[in-house]
Amino acid sequence: MRLDIEDVTIEAAGIRLVEHIGLTVGSGTFAGLVGPNGSGKSTLLRSLYRALRPAGGVIRLDGDDLHAMDARAAARALAALPQESSAEFDFTVAEVVAMGRLPHRGRTAASDREICARAMARTGVAHLADRGFLGLSGGEKQRVLIARALAQQPEILVLDEPTNHLDIAHQLDVLSLVRDSGLTVLAALHDLNLAAAHCDVLYVLDGGRIVASGPPEDVLRPPLLAEVFGVRAHPVRHPETDAVQLLFDLLPPAT
Amino acid sequence: MPPLSLALALLLLLSLVSGVGLGAAGVGWPDAPRFLWAGLTGGTVHAPDAAAYTIVWEIRLPRVLLGAVAGAGLAAVGVAVQAMVRNALADPFVLGISSGAAVGANAVILLGAFAGFGVWALSASAFASALAAMTLVYAVARSPRGLTPLRLILTGTALAYGFEAVTTVMVFGAARGEAARSAMMWLLGSLGGATWAQLPLAATAVAAGWAFLWWRAEALNALAMGDETAAALGVAPDRLRRELFLVTAAVTGTVVAVSGAIGFVGLMVPHVVRMLVGADHRRVLAVAPLAGAVLLVWADVLSRLLFAPAELPVGVITAVVGVPAFLLLMRRGAYAFGGR
Repeated sequence: MRLDIEDVTIEAAGIRLVEHIGLTVGSGTFAGLVGPNGSGKSTLLRSLYRALRPAGGVIRLDGDDLHAMDARAAARALAALPQESSAEFDFTVAEVVAMGRLPHRGRTAASDREICARAMARTGVAHLADRGFLGLSGGEKQRVLIARALAQQPEILVLDEPTNHLDIAHQLDVLSLVRDSGLTVLAALHDLNLAAAHCDVLYVLDGGRIVASGPPEDVLRPPLLAEVFGVRAHPVRHPETDAVQLLFDLLPPAT
Repeated sequence: MPPLSLALALLLLLSLVSGVGLGAAGVGWPDAPRFLWAGLTGGTVHAPDAAAYTIVWEIRLPRVLLGAVAGAGLAAVGVAVQAMVRNALADPFVLGISSGAAVGANAVILLGAFAGFGVWALSASAFASALAAMTLVYAVARSPRGLTPLRLILTGTALAYGFEAVTTVMVFGAARGEAARSAMMWLLGSLGGATWAQLPLAATAVAAGWAFLWWRAEALNALAMGDETAAALGVAPDRLRRELFLVTAAVTGTVVAVSGAIGFVGLMVPHVVRMLVGADHRRVLAVAPLAGAVLLVWADVLSRLLFAPAELPVGVITAVVGVPAFLLLMRRGAYAFGGR
């Protein structure tokens, strides 16, 4: 499923958080959203999983206006891993994954169980099914939430900083799980090297606007990185994968 | 029906019959069940037994049933309020509804307001002021970002203090000592005023409220995980929270109007049930109302028997029984509160 964000502007309390965003993620493409803190990445993603409504513009899933769709129909097409983590009620892993079935109609307990079991097997959390979600490690939690998203059987997956607080092995693990899902993916990512290595296409957000887009090696150029992130970057090629990777320094002090 | 619910349903039936057979007037076994059976099947009761029959059928039975209804209602509402404000320490009274109802009830008890309503004055006034309190809490708590959990709790708590101040002034200014006593009885909760006439409305409100919560049980799960998660799963969190506010306030108002502010049931029962069956609201809502009903029926029996013929407010019993049980369960430590 193809995701089109057309001229989207989002306001909260009279302040424009993002404006005139145009962005397309082709079917089966892994798109990364990068930008400094406060650039509007999370805000834009919130409007995708309908926690926010844009003040202007349209978000389309294969041409259909997302915010004109029934909430549950939208959730059947698009799943999300928001950044929040509520820690009040200790659901088991199986219960958390089962929540992914909520938007679906005409389902039976047996089919739900089977779909959830498959989702848990795919992300390697089947053995955790009866454990409490709150007691899991950060990496396990993300795997469980990805299983929930897969149980939702969506065509588009939206992730808000899915690698936050994870050690490097788990970061790579989570992104390859997402990659292997084959879904259309839009992920906000903090780490530019992870983004460069995993994304087909990158969108750079700065001050609520898209300032660059394209394949990682075209986007992650030193002048842009100096302007948007305030760092001196030195692109190199990964010796095995040939993906562009960056070495960073502080910018020389302005005179 | 899950085994635990079935067991609790049987226990509730047993408790209802036992509750009818226990009391200060000394009508006990096997007469009480016999009168109960006669009343249910249209059997005959001999003339010398008429007074005892009246005690069983007109006083104890409605009281026991009202206890079960109120206990079930408070437990179900407690579950819903905790999910709504995403806080396991919330209870049905955290929204200020019961304190509001107390203002209306005490206006009747202490000031003789609404005398024109006759025997209905107390319930009607309590319910009306519960609705007024609910409207006020809703209006104050609402913000451009919807009803957020924190605003709801803070508004409810703050306004509850205001309502309680009004009640206290009324109690303080009351000339009649007996009236102050019955005002206190009402504040702590009592089933002493139970009549058949109160039952249909209270039972309907509780049943309808429970049915709504059951229908939305999966959405409650999503809401308990967080507003953004709920939105991503196709549940509009603001709308669900508005609906929950209305339903819980209406059920709380109805229950409080007939039984006073019986504390602890709505806090403890959801907690204990979550410890036993986990957090999934489909299971919690299948068990909690039955557990609440059983608890309140027995708490009421104790409140009648301990200092017979005098009666303790039933809220005292629920606290005395509930607090140690609660602390004991918490010490067993199988329950991760707030993830810690």
